Amino acid sequence: MPVQALKPGYKGEVKDALANFHGNQLVYLHWADHLIMAFPIALPLPPTTPFRALITDIAPNAFAMHPDFEKIDWSTVTWQLDRKPFTPDLDKTLAENGIGHKSALVFTAPGLMGLAGASA
Amino acid sequence: MSVTAPKKLSLKERYRILTRGLDWTTTYQEPAKVFPHAEFEGIKIRDWDGFVDPFRLTMDSYWKYQAEKERKLYAVLDSFQQNNGQTAITDGRYVNVLKIFLTAITPGEYQAHRGFAMLGRQVPNVGLRIAAQMQSLDELRHAQTQIHSCSHYNKYFDGLHSFSYQHDRVWYLSVVKSFFDDARTSGPFEFLIAIGFSFEYVLTNLLFVPFMSGAAYNGDLSTVTFGFSAQSDESRHMTLGLEAIKFVLEQHEDNAAIVQKWIDKWFWRGYRILAILAMMMDYMLPKRIMPWKDAWEIYFNEAGGALFADLARYGIKMPSTADVANKEAFRLSTETMLTFYQMGHASGFHSWLPSEDELKWLADAYGPEWERLYLPRFKYFRELEAKGEHYYNPSLPQLCQVCQIPMFFTEPDDPTKICFRDTVYNGDRYHFCSDGCQHIFENEPEKYVQAWLPVHQVMQGNCGGATIDDVRKYWAVEDGEDNYDYVGSPDETMWKGWQADRLKVGS
Repeated sequence: MPVQALKPGYKGEVKDALANFHGNQLVYLHWADHLIMAFPIALPLPPTTPFRALITDIAPNAFAMHPDFEKIDWSTVTWQLDRKPFTPDLDKTLAENGIGHKSALVFTAPGLMGLAGASA
Repeated sequence: MSVTAPKKLSLKERYRILTRGLDWTTTYQEPAKVFPHAEFEGIKIRDWDGFVDPFRLTMDSYWKYQAEKERKLYAVLDSFQQNNGQTAITDGRYVNVLKIFLTAITPGEYQAHRGFAMLGRQVPNVGLRIAAQMQSLDELRHAQTQIHSCSHYNKYFDGLHSFSYQHDRVWYLSVVKSFFDDARTSGPFEFLIAIGFSFEYVLTNLLFVPFMSGAAYNGDLSTVTFGFSAQSDESRHMTLGLEAIKFVLEQHEDNAAIVQKWIDKWFWRGYRILAILAMMMDYMLPKRIMPWKDAWEIYFNEAGGALFADLARYGIKMPSTADVANKEAFRLSTETMLTFYQMGHASGFHSWLPSEDELKWLADAYGPEWERLYLPRFKYFRELEAKGEHYYNPSLPQLCQVCQIPMFFTEPDDPTKICFRDTVYNGDRYHFCSDGCQHIFENEPEKYVQAWLPVHQVMQGNCGGATIDDVRKYWAVEDGEDNYDYVGSPDETMWKGWQADRLKVGS
């Protein structure tokens, strides 16, 4: 049963429907093994954003505090989209890459294991 | 006409007279129409008369004791205020614990008051209605006395000025608000299991004992007196919760499966709220009482273990997620603290790094795995602070759809990996911090698609604007006063001034 309600067939209002974000979609982004930045972040982005902008514009703002950041070799970085392996086309948009509203992206930079190698 | 009052009524007689107007068999309307909430949750009651109010014989002393407690509490509060008790606490940092208490817990008391008032109308048993009405009054009294206990601090310290307004808006307070909204919008039986049993019986000691011991250890006479005043109510509430769950389980064998589902759900929701308490115990009390993991061991594993052993004869088991809570015990407070530390610019209370002594206390309490994982983070944050570059996270966090806490929790068996869970419902994707929260969603998705997630509300433009300044204004977080690190805050300046004055007087 989708909800235990007094009124049969009760439907909840979907508060975070795509239409409520004024042309943006939500994307969550997380850099694995660098937990000193304590949580995955939420980003409102137009679906037409080129994937490359995540690397060139968004990641530096979000993650550059970490001494590992400048060591990232983006050509070797691996990605996950909603917990499944994923190979983005950097020149295509989020939408063209199949990244839907409220999708979660996690990237791993091989060889970089955070502060003191403790995924920190 | 002459009226003759009986000289002395027995306790039973008095209780009968107190409740006689509240229970009759309706004739104009079907009972099902008078109590429309009684059956939709699927709980089967064979005999409503089977529930007897456990406090029916103590009703008279209830009024007397409550009045006596009020008199004592307000006498202490008066004395505390007249003698500038705020200057006698261990350290100015301590007041940040009260800021969390007043903004997160006190409005929860008020929500519990509303929930029990609903119960006091909706259950078809007069004893249960009366008991729920009494608890509703208690919860209202708790909200009120907490506000009064904290009000004196509000004259001096920042961050205590808008608790009620903030409760409905600020990102971390939505965690508590959504908990009680969820409980109040369920049916009467689920509310009873959620608050009366799971919260009051299983978790409330964890909330009250450490908070009040913390107050006592840190010289806060105002809060500790409130705590004593509330604690005797809590034991009565626990009795009601236990009597109610036993009544429901004894009425029909089909009820056990529903009750177990609620226990699993409300254990997990309550436990998630306690993350902030764990942070408070391990990082915020200037004088510590005990590490979170010890409190969890004593008040949940030992006391809760005995309780669930007692309920085993009804087929009730430990909550299914209790093992996850045990696995998280060594890191819960630290993962929470690290989040609030880097969200200090967006919070209504101060955060700060632990001192060397405090880190040693934590390392002793939590062991080598804790040191390996977390000391590098504290060390790096300290280096940044030394350079004048205190780290504040420039981004907003992804939140769990159910508990609404930022997704900082790690995998139960791997503290180096964020615990991501997600599901797709009606074409939309929803994310969770844990299996516990995912199961709650999947049981009732139509309820949780409505979640008012503060980060998403900001991004929809519903929170005053697009910049952090706009949003802080919407939250009533006074920039440069309520937020950022304790070090360098107006609170710290004031506290140091008081200490300097004291030394001047002494010399």
